[in-house]
Amino acid sequence: MTGVDVLLLALGAVAVGSAVLVVTTKHLVRAGLYLVVCLGAVAGLYLVLAAELVAWVQVLIYVGAVVVLLLFAVMLTRAPIGASDDLDRPGWPAALIGGGVGLGLAVLMVDAYRWTTVELPAAGTAERIGEQVFGSWVLPFEVLSILLLSALVGAIVLSRPDIGAARQATGDPDREPGRSR
Amino acid sequence: MPLWLELVIRIGGVLAAFLILPLLVGQAEHKVMAHMQGRLGPMYAGGFHGWAQLVADGVKFVQKEDITPRAADRPVFRLAPAVALVPYLLALLVIPLGPNDLVGQPLDVGLFFVLAVVGVGVLAVLMSAWASANKYSLLGGLRGAAQLLAYELPLVLAAASVAMAAGTLSLSGIVEAWQPWWLLWQAPAMAVFFLAGLAEIRRPPFDMPVADSELVFGYLTEYSGLRFAFLLLAEYVGIVVIAALTTVLFLGGWQGPFADEQLGWLWTLLKVAAVSFVIIWLRVSYPRLREDQLQRLCWLVLVPTALAQLILTATIRLAL
Repeated sequence: MTGVDVLLLALGAVAVGSAVLVVTTKHLVRAGLYLVVCLGAVAGLYLVLAAELVAWVQVLIYVGAVVVLLLFAVMLTRAPIGASDDLDRPGWPAALIGGGVGLGLAVLMVDAYRWTTVELPAAGTAERIGEQVFGSWVLPFEVLSILLLSALVGAIVLSRPDIGAARQATGDPDREPGRSR
Repeated sequence: MPLWLELVIRIGGVLAAFLILPLLVGQAEHKVMAHMQGRLGPMYAGGFHGWAQLVADGVKFVQKEDITPRAADRPVFRLAPAVALVPYLLALLVIPLGPNDLVGQPLDVGLFFVLAVVGVGVLAVLMSAWASANKYSLLGGLRGAAQLLAYELPLVLAAASVAMAAGTLSLSGIVEAWQPWWLLWQAPAMAVFFLAGLAEIRRPPFDMPVADSELVFGYLTEYSGLRFAFLLLAEYVGIVVIAALTTVLFLGGWQGPFADEQLGWLWTLLKVAAVSFVIIWLRVSYPRLREDQLQRLCWLVLVPTALAQLILTATIRLAL
């Protein structure tokens, strides 16, 4: 085993371990913080695989924005300190689906590649990713941009009753959204 | 020079900058604020014009009891100051001081790296706010998180404009491509970046999250002793980082009137000091923005300006 293998395994163990903690902990906010560790470890995996730009994108978008939004939403509604014993989600369907998909994918990958060794491509620098995205992948890239743009416009229309059609759905427009901790 | 020795020297240099520059900025703030308000500021510690005041403060902080409130979430509460400090330390690692790789770690995507790690700082705000189990802390933390999320957008857009103009994401590459006339056509981006940077480090006039007249001290309320000192240190390292980034991206970094090769580091430090001075100056001269004014400024002024600047930059780049 080379140093890279050891690093990959260690980071993978951190990612999987913190992911398990995310779904098993009874502390709501800590679950979000474990998610930070998990996504950070995945960014580390990208780094080890020489995909530098993707790793920092992962940190910027997922750690810096997505998890923060999630934590923000939890703290705006209900974020008790300590364990929440009244969480009544049944765990077994999720465990079944998650474990099944994970195991299935692992079997599929192992069976497909066996002991084939693959030469790693040149490092994923910003320049190379730019060439790829705006060269051979420019059409999917632009289609995705339009999809995101329409989602953005849709979110604005839905959240503003004065310009959208959501007036009857909100009921009493003067009602403050309930905030309880 | 063997590899390990070079590594030790580089990391040692960055650590020294990390520990010394914030102290200099802090002392400058004491003195500059005092003189702008017709006072003398600290005069006794150390003898000459109170130069050792911050060292004395540090000793005081170390002696204080490190209190964790009983209702707090202990591990999260105790971890938050470290999470606040580390991103800025990592950011200092890639900011170039002078030409010929006079930088902690030359990085191909340095600009992107800096923006990514500085964005992690908001986590520390949320962690310290929530774990304190104090309503003022939580209110301050939510204000802080909303502010940081909003201002991250104009910050990144303004930085993207200069990266587009230079055609590279490397911080050294941007300084090399910089020419004096960029001061003119990148001026809106510079203003947006500087203001958004101020908001990112929650300095006045963007200090609504720690507004002392309504929230005690926001998410810092429950901290004491060394952990409080670390959170304060994070604020001053933040000043250094934002000033250094403004210098490197918009003010030409190590490019000076003469002898760039030999004195580049001096020009960079002088520009960082000047920008830090402006940050202190703004604290003394402007009242705090109200929460709604703060968000309005971001979404209705800074973001449109940054987008217009992007269009301008792209047009000029294509025309040249």
